[in-house]
Amino acid sequence: MDLTSQILQYVLSGITVGAIYAIIALGFSLIYNAVEIVNLAQGEFVMLGAMLAVYVLQAAGVPLFAAVLIAIVVVGGVGALLGLAAIHRLKKSSPLSLIIITIGASIFFKGVAMHLWGKDALPLPAFSSGDAIEVHGAVLVPQSLWIFGITALMLLGVYIFYERTSFGKAMRAVAVNKHGARLVGINVNRMVVWAFAISAALGAVGGIIVAPVTLASYDMGTMLGLKGFCAAILGGLGSGGGAIAGGLILGILENLGAGLISSAYKDAIAFVVMLLILFVRPSGLFGGRSADGR
Amino acid sequence: MLRVRSLTTHYGGIQALKGVSLHVDTGEIVALVGANGAGKTTILNTICGMVPASSGEVLFDGKPVTNAAPDRLVRMGLSQVPEGRQVFAPMTVLDNLKLGAYARPRAEKKREMKSDLEFIYETFPILKERSKQHAGTLSGGEQQMLAIGRALMSKPKMLLLDEPSVGLAPLVVKEIFRVISRFRDLGTTVLLVEQNARASLGIADRGYVLETGKILLEDAASELLINKEVQRAYLGKGYRHVWE
Ligand SMILES: Nc1ncnc2c1ncn2[C@@H]1O[C@H](COP(=O)(O)OP(=O)(O)OP(=O)(O)O)[C@@H](O)[C@H]1O
Ligand SMILES: [Mg+2]
Repeated sequence: MDLTSQILQYVLSGITVGAIYAIIALGFSLIYNAVEIVNLAQGEFVMLGAMLAVYVLQAAGVPLFAAVLIAIVVVGGVGALLGLAAIHRLKKSSPLSLIIITIGASIFFKGVAMHLWGKDALPLPAFSSGDAIEVHGAVLVPQSLWIFGITALMLLGVYIFYERTSFGKAMRAVAVNKHGARLVGINVNRMVVWAFAISAALGAVGGIIVAPVTLASYDMGTMLGLKGFCAAILGGLGSGGGAIAGGLILGILENLGAGLISSAYKDAIAFVVMLLILFVRPSGLFGGRSADGR
Repeated sequence: MLRVRSLTTHYGGIQALKGVSLHVDTGEIVALVGANGAGKTTILNTICGMVPASSGEVLFDGKPVTNAAPDRLVRMGLSQVPEGRQVFAPMTVLDNLKLGAYARPRAEKKREMKSDLEFIYETFPILKERSKQHAGTLSGGEQQMLAIGRALMSKPKMLLLDEPSVGLAPLVVKEIFRVISRFRDLGTTVLLVEQNARASLGIADRGYVLETGKILLEDAASELLINKEVQRAYLGKGYRHVWE
């Protein structure tokens, strides 16, 4: 492989994983907008989505498509429960203790998954069979195309939800001005629960589409969650477009860095990028609100 | 329409309302005047369920609604135009208005949204011109009109207005008070909170004077306007030579 096709390869792989980061980052932003807390259990929704899809597929013997849907809905429900717990605590707790609650939840989810499904990585079948595609010397597995396509659909869906539906606009209103939202008769608590449910479902989708490439395991959520968080900070916490851009930039940088410098630095790159952003431009590349809430 | 009995409200250890009783009859415009920190906003927010009452009772439309959820009160027909307007700044004027109708039944919204918007645009023509603009880019007066328009979109039986004139140019204040006085003809009941006692008592039927969490006076607006105490404390009479 010559250098250009090598770089192309890194970029393509970067976009693939970056798309996953983008979906996770979007989940962070959704919840952050609704309640101004960072939900550190976001990564576990990713894991739960993947693990549940594998489990339902094997245990219930339903088609892949159905297993995936069931997993997404169940994880959405789990998210709603976490949202309920959060609003229950919201009145009495500081943001910090709420964040700690989400850390507790993430440890809990991870533990439950390990007990239920063991420590081994489990396979989820690719969504379609077929050979890898060659693009100017770089190769792309068909699942990557699924990842691009589904991610694009999700992002479009979230965009339409916020910009075109009255329910979505009400959720934006909650993000923008809670006092005003209450005054027009929006039930803010209910919106917070929905925000958790939607983020959880989004996370689950991310886990499900990546599982055929990376396998599903009880501990996959930690690193993915952190990377998604970095992507959200990079793009600007709370900004939808920023989440997408942050995810893609991070994915590409990571793969270029790992490929051209050393794969030992792969995970470090994300955190270095995040720290740089926090120092230089805390509100992220695309505005949003700064990570410390100002 | 609205009846408040011995309402008390605390912020932590601080008592902001010390047993407030007042009522607003259907079709009335009632002014509530008081200085900074008297508790005017607290009264409105306690009525709306935004701040919990410690004791006392709120009746709206004959039903007990003490500490009811804000969205329930909006659905029952009680809307507030809050202090500081609280518009959704990064959203368009049109979206702000539509969100005003959020709590209404879906079918009704579908049927009446268009004519309701027409009505708002007739009342405040500037909002029609600005309908695609972000609310945050409006001037203070325009934002106040938007806040009133948004509240009207819920088709309220009663409107609570919190200092709609604050920080606005005299001409805009006049325009807004003209609109408020027209609510009487539309059958919308109004409780108008103001520091601008002269203007608010000028359009009101009755008025209350609030001082440090207590109602000090209640009377017909025309009587309050000539009341010596009110003149001294809230209308600035006798102090004119000092200020002008
Ligand atoms: N969120 C709060 N926490 C603690 N104290 C508060 C809070 N809101 C109001 N207060 C206090 O309660 C009292 C009444 O305040 P309120 O805002 O109701 O007055 P107001 O009459 O609306 O004044 P203004 O004309 O300045 O708007 C004040 O002493 C104020 O300091
Ligand atoms: Mg006030």
